[in-house]
Amino acid sequence: MLLCFVCSTSLFSQNYFPKNDGVKTESHNYHAFTNATIHISPTETINNATLLIKDGKVISSGKQVQIPENTTIINLEGKHIYPSFVDIYSSFGTKKPERAENSNSPQYDASREGYYWNDHIKPEQNAIEGYAFDAKTATELREAGFGTVNTHIPDGIIRGTGSLIALSPTGTDASRILADRSAQYLSTRKSITSNQAYPTSLMGAMALIRQVNYDAEWYAKGLSETKDRSLEAFNNNKNLVQIIDAGSKMNDLRMDKVGDDVKTQYVIVGGGDEYELIQEIKATNASFIIPINFPDAFDMEDPIMANTASLADMREWNQKPSNPAVLHKNGVPFALTLHDLKKPSEFMPNLQKAIQYGLDDMAALAALTTVPARIIGKSSEIGTLKNGSYANFLITSGAIFDTKTTLYENWVLGNRHEIVPMNTKDIRGDYELQVAGTTYDLKISGEISKLKATVKTDTQTLGSKIAMTDDWMSLAFSSIDTTKQDFVRLSAKISNTANLNGSAILPNGNETTFYAKKLESKDAEKSDDSENEDNKESKSDIKIFPVTYPNEAYGFSERPKQKTILFQNATVWTNEASGILKNTDVLVKDGKIAKIGNNLSAGNAMVIDATGKHITSGIIDEHSHIATAAVNEAGQNSTAEVTIEDVVDSDDINIYRNLTGGVTTIQILHGSANPIGGRSAIIKLKWGESAQNLIFPNSPKFIKFALGENVKQSNWGDYSRSRFPQTRMGVEQVYTDYFTRAKEYEALKKSGKPYRKDLEMETLSEILNKDRFISCHSYVQSEINMLMEVAERFNFNINTFTHILEGYKVADKMKEHGVGASTFSDWWAYKFEVNDAIPYNAAILHNQGIVTAINSDDAEMSRRLNQEAAKAIKYGGISEEDAWKMVTLNPAKLLHIDDRVGSVKVGKDADMVLWSGHPMSVYSKAEKTLIEGAVYFDIDRDKQIRNAMKQEKNELTTMMLQAKNKGLKTKPIVKKEDELFHCDTL
Amino acid sequence: MKHNTIYIFIIVLFMGNFSFAQQTPGTKQTKPIAIIGATAHIGNGQVIENSVIVFENGKITSVNTTNPNTSGMTVIDAKGKHVYPGFIAANSALGLVEVDAVRASDDQDEVGFMIPHVRSLIAYNTESKVVESMRPNGVLMAQVSPKGGRISGTSSIVQLDAWNWEDAAIKTDDGIHLNWPSAFSRGRWWLGEPAGLKPNKDYAEQINEVVTFINDSKAYLKGDKTPKNLPFEAMQGLYNGKQKLFIHVNDEKGITDAIHFAKDNKIDQLVIVGGAEAHKVTDLLKQYSIPVLINTPHTLPASDDQDYDMPFKLGKLLYDADVLVGIQVGNAENFQTRNLPFYAGTCAAYGMDKEEALKLITSNNAKILGIDAFVGTLEAGKDATLFISEGDALDMQTNILTHAFIQGREISLESHQTELWKRYSEKYKNQ
Repeated sequence: MLLCFVCSTSLFSQNYFPKNDGVKTESHNYHAFTNATIHISPTETINNATLLIKDGKVISSGKQVQIPENTTIINLEGKHIYPSFVDIYSSFGTKKPERAENSNSPQYDASREGYYWNDHIKPEQNAIEGYAFDAKTATELREAGFGTVNTHIPDGIIRGTGSLIALSPTGTDASRILADRSAQYLSTRKSITSNQAYPTSLMGAMALIRQVNYDAEWYAKGLSETKDRSLEAFNNNKNLVQIIDAGSKMNDLRMDKVGDDVKTQYVIVGGGDEYELIQEIKATNASFIIPINFPDAFDMEDPIMANTASLADMREWNQKPSNPAVLHKNGVPFALTLHDLKKPSEFMPNLQKAIQYGLDDMAALAALTTVPARIIGKSSEIGTLKNGSYANFLITSGAIFDTKTTLYENWVLGNRHEIVPMNTKDIRGDYELQVAGTTYDLKISGEISKLKATVKTDTQTLGSKIAMTDDWMSLAFSSIDTTKQDFVRLSAKISNTANLNGSAILPNGNETTFYAKKLESKDAEKSDDSENEDNKESKSDIKIFPVTYPNEAYGFSERPKQKTILFQNATVWTNEASGILKNTDVLVKDGKIAKIGNNLSAGNAMVIDATGKHITSGIIDEHSHIATAAVNEAGQNSTAEVTIEDVVDSDDINIYRNLTGGVTTIQILHGSANPIGGRSAIIKLKWGESAQNLIFPNSPKFIKFALGENVKQSNWGDYSRSRFPQTRMGVEQVYTDYFTRAKEYEALKKSGKPYRKDLEMETLSEILNKDRFISCHSYVQSEINMLMEVAERFNFNINTFTHILEGYKVADKMKEHGVGASTFSDWWAYKFEVNDAIPYNAAILHNQGIVTAINSDDAEMSRRLNQEAAKAIKYGGISEEDAWKMVTLNPAKLLHIDDRVGSVKVGKDADMVLWSGHPMSVYSKAEKTLIEGAVYFDIDRDKQIRNAMKQEKNELTTMMLQAKNKGLKTKPIVKKEDELFHCDTL
Repeated sequence: MKHNTIYIFIIVLFMGNFSFAQQTPGTKQTKPIAIIGATAHIGNGQVIENSVIVFENGKITSVNTTNPNTSGMTVIDAKGKHVYPGFIAANSALGLVEVDAVRASDDQDEVGFMIPHVRSLIAYNTESKVVESMRPNGVLMAQVSPKGGRISGTSSIVQLDAWNWEDAAIKTDDGIHLNWPSAFSRGRWWLGEPAGLKPNKDYAEQINEVVTFINDSKAYLKGDKTPKNLPFEAMQGLYNGKQKLFIHVNDEKGITDAIHFAKDNKIDQLVIVGGAEAHKVTDLLKQYSIPVLINTPHTLPASDDQDYDMPFKLGKLLYDADVLVGIQVGNAENFQTRNLPFYAGTCAAYGMDKEEALKLITSNNAKILGIDAFVGTLEAGKDATLFISEGDALDMQTNILTHAFIQGREISLESHQTELWKRYSEKYKNQ
C-alpha cells in the first residue's frame, strides 16, 4: 500500500530545469478517494463520495465523479475527508531575529540609515527572506492537522509581510510557497534587534503606529526629500490584510481603536480572554485570530499556598476554555491559531476541550479552514475541498473532533503524509481472555496508535503493557501471584478484529496458545465509560462560573444602573454658597442631583435614612496613576503624541479600592520621565465598565509636563547620562525648542501648503491654541517660575502645577499667572528636591487665592484623600469647608469639569458619597459611593460580595482538587503581584 | 467655631514662638509643672476628664482630678484640651535616613548578611530635619532600626529631642532584627518563568542558615571566645534575655515557622514585626504570648481578593484575639512616621475603641519594646514625656499640639517646616 504513493512525489517538479541524475520522471496521474464522507467545507458534507485530485489540486468531488484511466484509487469506506487546517499566525521556517547587544547608555536614535527613524518599524521585512523549510516542525504541524501556515517574522512593531507556506516536505519551495507577500503583520512589541528606546510603553507603540500611517501618507505624495525604504514598503503593503498581535481583550480593543484612527480594519490576534468583554469585542467588527492556550488547574493541596491563588486566576482556569464558544455564539468571526501553545500536539486536546465547553463543531472547523482562508484572501485555494483548491486534506477514522477519532493521513499539495497507518486494525474493546486454563477480563482502549490494556481477574487487576506493530499485537501482564515478579507474554497476528488468538509464553517459560473472545454487547455501553476514564466530561457536566464585571475579585454580576434614590436627613456638604446643610434630603434621579431640601417626597425612589451621616460630592483626584496599563513613555524627552486614554485599564482593583474611599473621578496622568509627557485620561471610576466607558464624557484635554529631578534623570543611575536635558537649564530649552517648532508647524499648516501630520506637534499646537491644558509636575521655585515665563512668552498659561511643593514660595507669581495648584498634603524627604516641601503649602497657596487641590499620586493614599484634606486643617488652619473643597470642587475646577461635578448642586452629576460621619474625621468611612446615580460601592454589598467570593473560591478549589485526583495536569500556584505606578515608574 | 479658634490659636502660636531657636533641645526641668483641666488619655485604656497632671524633675508625680496646691509650680491651663503620653514609633528609620533618594544621606542598610554587631544608635542623627518634624504631631520617641540582610543589626530606642545620640538613647541596643526568609520568591521572568510570586524552594535552607548561626554563636559564647567574633558576641543579649529578637515576617507560614524557630532555639523575647497575616495564627501567638508590631494600616490589601479594609482592621482582629499589638512604621516612608497617631486613629475607625487604639502607639509599643517601666502611659513615676493637644490627637483635624515635654523638658514644636511656613506667610503679609 505504501508503494502506491511513491509516484506522487514528483508532482510539481520544475519541468524546465535541467536534470543530470537520471531520466525525466514526471507524473501527472490522478488519485481518487472513494466511498468517503467528504467534508468539502464546514457547511457541505457529502456521504459515500469520491474526491479526485491531480497535480496537487482538487479536480472534483461528489457522488458521481468520473474517474479517468490513469487513476490510483484509494477506498476510504467508513472514513472521513476534511480540508487540512490553516494557521495564519505562524512563524514557521522564518529566520530568528538576532538580539541586539547591550549598550553602555540608552540608544535614542535609529541604528539603520535609509529606513524609518524608528528601528521597530520594519514594514520592509519579508518573511521569505532567510526563510528555510523546517521539516521537523512541518511534521509536527501536519500531525496536528495543519496543511498550510501563513508565516511571518514575529519581531518589531510593524513586522512586514508574511508568506503562505504549504507544509509538504515533498517537492521544493518553488511549489510550497503559495504566496510570498500575504498579509502585513503588526504588534505592540518592539524588535529585539535594536535597543532604540522609543517606545518604552504600549501607548508609545500605539502612537507610533498612527504616526507611521500619517508619515506614509505624506511620503506617498512625494513630499519627502529623502528616501525611506520603510515608508515605501509600508505603502506597498497597504492593500494587504493587516494582522496585529494584540494579545489580550483590552489590547484587542486598543488596537482596533488605533485601526479606526488610521482607517484600517485590523485582523486582531487575541489573548483568549475575549469572553470577559464580549460585547465590546463584538462591536469592533474585527475578525480575530484566537489562541487556545488554556491554563492548567492550580495544585491546591497545600491550604496555605492555596490561599494565595486569586479568584481571577482560578476563574480563568474554569472559564477560558469557553472563549471560542462565546465568540461563536456572539457572531464574532475568528480563526484559531497554534500561537501561544508550547507544541502543536497540545492543539487538538485543547480544541476538544473548547468543544466540551460549548464550541460548535462546525464553527471549530470553520475557524481552522474557511475563516483563516478568507482572512488572508485565499478562499479559493485553501480551506475547502472545492474544485481547484489545493489538495490539502485529512483522512480520519470518524468525525474529526471526536476524541476517539484517529487522524490517519494529512495530504498536502496532493502529497501523502501518513500519521497513523490506515490499515491498523482497531482491536479496542472488551475481551474474555483465556490462557492456560485461566480466564481474564481484557480491555483494550486508548488511541489506535497508543493502546492501553487492562487485565483483570475476578479479584485483582494485573499490571500490563500492550503494543501493536505492523498488525502484530504483543501483550505482557504480570502473573496472578504478585509476590513473584514474572509475566505472561502474548503475541498475535491480527487478522480478524473480532477475536484475538496467538501464542503465549507463561511465567515458567512454557509456550502455549491463547484465545481472546471479543464481547460485542459490552463494547457499545463501555464507550461512554471509557470517556469518563479518560477524564473527559460531557458538555452538561461542566460548570462554568458566570463572568462578572470586571471578571475578577469584587466584580459585579450585573453592571450597576442608575437609580432614583432619596437620602433623608443628612448633613450635606454642598461646596456651594449654602455651605453645610443639616437635616437635609437629597434626591438623585436620572444620574443627576434632582433636588436638595427638606421633607422631599420619595415617590418611587429608594429611600435611605442618612440620619447622623454626611453626604458630599465624590472625591476627585487630580493626580493618579491607577487604572492604567502604562504610565511613562520614557523613550524621548517629549512624548506629546502618547495618551493615557489609549491604555486605561478597567480591571485595576484599585478602581474599586478608590471607590471604597469615596473617590469618583480621577485624572490619570502620564509620568514624569520627560519634560513634555503624554496626554491624560480623566475617568470616572465606573467599576465594571469597559475602559472606553470610564472616560469622562467630553473630557477637557490635558497633558502632563514635568520638571526637576525626574526629567533630568537624576535618580536613574550613571547609565542615563546622555539624554537632553540633564540639568534644569536644559529643561527650559526643551520647551522653547518644542513650542517654537509647534508655532512653525501651525504656521505651515495654516498656510495651506502641504505638511507632514505630526501627532506631537498637533498636541503642542493645541496647547498654543489654549485648547489643551498643562498639568505640570513641579517642585522647586526656580523651575516653576521658568515654566510660567516660557508659557507667557508663547502666549498661553499653565493650568495646573501638580506636586508644586515649593509653590508656597512663589504663590504671588502663581496668582499673577493664574495657575492652580494640586499638591501633597504632607509628603517630603523622599528626594533632594523636596527638602523644602512643607505641609503648610496647601494652606499658603489657598490663602493667596490660588485654586488648590490635594492629590494622591499613590494608589493607597488616594483611598484616604478625605484624611489628606483634613491635614490642611491641621497644617495651616484652613476652614473645614475649604479643606474639603481641596479634594472635590477645587480639583474639579482645575480639571474644568466643575460644571458637572465637584459639588452637591441640583443638575450636577450624582457623583456622591454617603459617609458614616464627618467626612474628614479619621473615624469616618464611606458607606456608599455613587457615580451618576448608580451605586458603585456599598459597604453592605461589599460584605455580600466577600461571602460570594469565598464560596466561589471554595467551589473552584474543590474542582481543582478533583481535577488533580483525576490525573489532570496541575501547576504550582503563582501569586499575583500588582504593579503600582507612581510618577517615576518606568 | 471650633476651627476658627484653632486658626486663631495657630496664629498666636507661631507669633509667640517666633523667637524659639530651632533644634535646640529643651532645658532640664527645674520647676514642677501642673497641667490642669485637660482630658488625660492615660494610654492604658483609661481617660480622666478634667485632670491634673503634675511632673517634677522629669518624672510624673501625680495624675488625678483633685486640684493640688500649685504654688511654686508652672501651671498650664489646658481646659478643653487633651493630654497624651508621647507616642512611640517602633522600627523607624529616623535619624538614619534623611532623604530617601540621596544615598549619601542613608545610613540604614549596612553590607553583610548576618551582622547583629552593627548598631543603629551611633548613626542616629539628632539634627535630622525629619526627626524634628515628628514632634509637632506627638511622636516623641522612636526605636531606630537597621534594615537589610538576614540579621540587619541591633536597634536602640531614643527620645526625639537631644544634642547627641548619647543623650537621645532611652534604651541602648534593645533588640536584634531578623528578616525571616520569604516563603515566596519572584519568578525570573527574563528566563521565561511566570513573573509572579512562587514558593521559595530555598526556604528551608535559608532558615537553616539562621539556625546554624544561632548554634554557632551559642557554642562560641560558651567557650573561651577566641579568636574574637564580633557577630557572635553581639548575639549574647538574645540568650540572656537582655535583648529582644524582632523577626520581620508577614505571612502565615513564616510567622508560624518563626515562632517555632524562636522556641526551639530558646529565644524567649520574640516580637513579630509586620504580621500582615498574624490574624490567621492568633492561637499560636497567644499560646506563647508573642506580641505583634503590625504594619502601618495605611497600606493596600496584600492581594486583589483581600478585603479592602484588611490593613485597617488587622489591629482590631489581633486585639480581639488577646494578642498584644502595637504599630510599627518600617513599611512606610521615613517621613510618614509623623502620621503614627493617624494610624492608630484608623484602627479605631475600623473597630477598636479609641483608647484601646491609642495603646497601639503608647503603652503597647512601650511594653513590646521593653520600655514600659518608664514611658508609655501617664502614670506617676514615669517619665514626663507627654504633650498637650487642642483636640483628639488621633484625628488629623484636631492633632494640634500646644506643648510637648520629653523627660519633663519643654521641647520646641518648631521645625525647618514651620520656619518656612512663617517666613513665607510673613512675605505675603508684607506685600
